Amino acid sequence: MGVHVPDGFIDAPVSAGAGVVAVAGVALALRGARRELDDRTAPLAGLTAAFVFAAQMLNFPVAAGTSGHLLGGTLAAILVGPWTGVLCVSVVLLVQGLLFADGGLTALGVNIINMAFVTVLVGYGLFRLLLRVLPRTRAAAAGAAFAGAVVSVPAAAVVFTGIYALGGTTDVSIGKVAAAMIGVHVLIGIGEALITALTVSSVLAVRPDLVYGARGLAKPLELRPEPATV
Amino acid sequence: MGAGHAHRLYVPGASPVHRLPPQCKIVAVLAFVLAVVATPRERVWAFAAYAVLLGAVAVVARVPVRLVLRRVVIEAPFVAFAFLLPFVADGPRVAVLGLHLSENGLWGAWNILAKGTLGVVASLLLAATTEPRVLLLGVERLRMPRLITQIAAFMLRYVDVVTAELQRMRVARAARGFRARDARATRVLARSLGALFLRSYERGERVHLAMLSRGYSGQMPVLADVGATRAQWTAAAALPLAAALVAAAAWIVA
Repeated sequence: MGVHVPDGFIDAPVSAGAGVVAVAGVALALRGARRELDDRTAPLAGLTAAFVFAAQMLNFPVAAGTSGHLLGGTLAAILVGPWTGVLCVSVVLLVQGLLFADGGLTALGVNIINMAFVTVLVGYGLFRLLLRVLPRTRAAAAGAAFAGAVVSVPAAAVVFTGIYALGGTTDVSIGKVAAAMIGVHVLIGIGEALITALTVSSVLAVRPDLVYGARGLAKPLELRPEPATV
Repeated sequence: MGAGHAHRLYVPGASPVHRLPPQCKIVAVLAFVLAVVATPRERVWAFAAYAVLLGAVAVVARVPVRLVLRRVVIEAPFVAFAFLLPFVADGPRVAVLGLHLSENGLWGAWNILAKGTLGVVASLLLAATTEPRVLLLGVERLRMPRLITQIAAFMLRYVDVVTAELQRMRVARAARGFRARDARATRVLARSLGALFLRSYERGERVHLAMLSRGYSGQMPVLADVGATRAQWTAAAALPLAAALVAAAAWIVA
């Protein structure tokens, strides 16, 4: 279950405000992504966005016949870097809103803040923090990815609740909204975390150089000259 | 890879709505949805008026109503949420069919359903009358940074390729007797996802090299420019202007 907020869920002033914040954040991410990818930005971020889009279609079983799908913020940030990750998820949301009518156009700002900014900031931030203290192994990186992703989804729910408190259009008490949103998203977060950790781990096993968030992990190649025999 | 990417939502046509420049349509839809969102929820007649406006656009654009209705189910998760509202919202309660429901919650549910549905239908009409590629040109015309639209263009260009790859992996898994039963299946699915990322990223690297060899220097050549005349802006403004009148009336009339 994605949290694509539709039109009319958040009132007009707060939606507009969220839009301004989203524009500023995406502009910042644009500058950062150029640093991460330079002139390769368009094709690589484009293909990564296509990957995130496709990955969101992959349903995984959560519990008792319900299924969830990936949000992918943390995963994208770990794989291609935080700025590019924000950019990719934002572009996915833009395309979904504009071309697939998925998520309201006026709610685009809210959706970008929740699903791109918060998941990347919290998920990737925690991932990097943990990598500093954990041993430099693949299992540790997978563990850190799990922790980052598992926290990122409820964090998005918390921020959504905050936005709802500012501009929600119904009179459900904030406590109830928070409890329901966070409760559901803790469950979704576990699925997200499992799949993020295992995906990061499987990419690390094959192409460790491609995992941006764990680039320090790959041992540099060393020259081992044959000892002279003569 | 060179196959046509006819979009699922796009309905080819040459109606007046199809022919409008994309940037006019995007601004019109955005302004329309803003008017809808800003309308007080108690003015039920205003939402009926909005629906009539959208219906008129659909008729002019010759978009089959059946297609629009089929796609509206995209907001299903929030419909479920809306149906919960009358039970959990605060405030005075009313009896409906023997159930004690929150009056505020009922209005809240109506609010989300009405505004959400109108928003989805407006977006659907935009996507149905504008080719995805042209839609991105329109976004670019509205001062969206080039890099964003380039990324979106690459995403659109390759999303079918990547999805097809995911589909082939699914078939391959099924051919080996795999079925996602519980959480243990996650390991297998994640492996597929890892492989999908590698294939996507490496394809991106190849695309970049191919572009470099064709003289790419960070800018995409502009093949077709879509300027808009004053008359076209005026035509596109018909929908949001009518909606603004309805919204204004809804605020003034009790």
